[in-house]
Amino acid sequence: MLKTVRDLFRYNLEFALGAILILIVFSFAAASFFSPYPPMDSYVVAPDVPPSWAYPFGTNSRGQDVFWQLTLAIRNSLLFGLSVALMSRILSLLIGLVAGYAGGITDRILMTINDTFVVIPLFPILVLFFFMMRDNMSWPMLAIAMASLGWPYDARLIRSVALSLRTREFTAMSVFSGMSTRQILVEEHLPYVLPIVFSTTLNNMNWSIGLEVTLSVIGFTNIETPTIGTMIYWANQHTAMVAGVWWWIFFPVVLVIMTFLGLYLLSVSMNEYIDPRSRLTRMGGQG
Amino acid sequence: MRTYALYLVRRFAQFILVVFIGINIAYLITHLTPVDPVEQAISSVTMFGQSSPEMVEVMRKTLRELYGLEGSAWEQYVTFWRRMATGDFGPSLSAFPTPVSTLIWQALPWTLGLLVCSTLIAWIVGNFLGGLAGYYRKNSLLKALGILAMSLQPIPYYIVAFILLVVFGFLWPVLPISGGAEMNIDRQGFAFAGSIIKHSILPALSLVLVGLGAWFIGMRSLVSNIVTEDYVTYAELGGVDRRRILFSYVMRNALSPQLTGLALSLGAIFNGAIITEFVFGYPGMGTLLVRAVNAGDYSLVLGITSVSIIAVASAILVIDIIYPLLDPRVARS
Repeated sequence: MLKTVRDLFRYNLEFALGAILILIVFSFAAASFFSPYPPMDSYVVAPDVPPSWAYPFGTNSRGQDVFWQLTLAIRNSLLFGLSVALMSRILSLLIGLVAGYAGGITDRILMTINDTFVVIPLFPILVLFFFMMRDNMSWPMLAIAMASLGWPYDARLIRSVALSLRTREFTAMSVFSGMSTRQILVEEHLPYVLPIVFSTTLNNMNWSIGLEVTLSVIGFTNIETPTIGTMIYWANQHTAMVAGVWWWIFFPVVLVIMTFLGLYLLSVSMNEYIDPRSRLTRMGGQG
Repeated sequence: MRTYALYLVRRFAQFILVVFIGINIAYLITHLTPVDPVEQAISSVTMFGQSSPEMVEVMRKTLRELYGLEGSAWEQYVTFWRRMATGDFGPSLSAFPTPVSTLIWQALPWTLGLLVCSTLIAWIVGNFLGGLAGYYRKNSLLKALGILAMSLQPIPYYIVAFILLVVFGFLWPVLPISGGAEMNIDRQGFAFAGSIIKHSILPALSLVLVGLGAWFIGMRSLVSNIVTEDYVTYAELGGVDRRRILFSYVMRNALSPQLTGLALSLGAIFNGAIITEFVFGYPGMGTLLVRAVNAGDYSLVLGITSVSIIAVASAILVIDIIYPLLDPRVARS
């Protein structure tokens, strides 16, 4: 395991960059536990102070320390992305594995539904959801709604791997030795698709964090929960750019871009790692 | 010809299914959530000043009828679909008594124009450059482009649009950052067209910047896989013109997965267009949607959601119809 990580660092620039970015972002999120004051309380510090040694990221117009608020916001955003990704993994694994293993008509039906969900424009639907929920809109509810819509793309990927496993000898062997379908899927096929599940988890986190930021900046989520999106929302509400409080917008945007890039680069390098041919080419061996 | 007809029937069935499932999700959301849009509208009206209980009762009844919330669950469902089929979403509450469909018809051409132009530009330019980058792997300019594409690709539309807004709104104000065209201008002729183009540069640019990366990276990896095929080596040894190999032999083959990709990602691109419109105050469906939510206009929000689903499904159907013309193998399988 350690050796793998070392090799990845040495031969895979994307992995090294992504890992460093994500490490920075995560340590930033971890710092939220050491905040000297509750980050959401207003007027604990002087408002509109530009970045300085005392306040590295400045303070905002509501008298909050941007640095400490940002640590909590990125923690919440990451947590949100992670919970959506984990929940939607269950759906995509279930549908992908079953469709790939069953094949035939089951596969066709599941994939038709799958392709339908891929193309439905989710943003208006989520806005409609917010419109109906309004003040009842909570953070877990949005996560569940997004998880139940965010599985299809990855289900198709998992299915394509499962499809190739179906014709392998060990599957026939398991069937003949009397394993149930559930056992075959969980004990035999699941380990093979896990690497790809991991890389899709990173992608899905990117997707859900991005969607959450987008919904929040218009104010279509619970705007009292601090996330990267709601931070930008409040900054816009106070017209921070016009007022010259640029640091209120600048630091959240930079941090969230670091998150997106980091997750993306990690998932790209994961995908490459899964495909051993490209790994060998990279290490200078024969492709 | 018969296989093409069969293919069309299959694609049309998929179109129907997308619309059916999409509209059903919209129905479930509006009817299963605990919040009653009628009570919401009433409370926002009665918030200011007194209203007599009788008046409120009349209002409640009218709104229930208007929103199609009368009768049993089955009756409501049938009413819902009848309205979808006839395109009658009732009057808009925030722009009373203008019908919702009129508002949507005004906004749709803006969104469609922006979306079609920017998607085509992103797809064509991205695939072209990606193809070059996959074929000429040693070119350092193309390598630099690849890094740029990779760093733009994972950023959500909102952030890119917002950065462009800050750059061209505050740091270097050369382009209009809000609206669809200048206000006091004759709505005909070249000046108006020019104004529209000028106003759509920034929204289109942010859509293109995000979209470009995915096509570039996809095409590059497809092409670099195809160039290792025997027939390419054969053509190179045979002295076929390099450009001809790239465009007619390699990229032509890589085009069909990219076209499938386009059809699959149209929903996501549409999401991006909606949010980009909002950032730049572009008078399309996105701006209308945000305004409708903020005004508490139930029928308008529901109307926009439904039309979005139908619009995206139709666009995919169009791609599916022209697909076999570009790649004849599709209809035969």
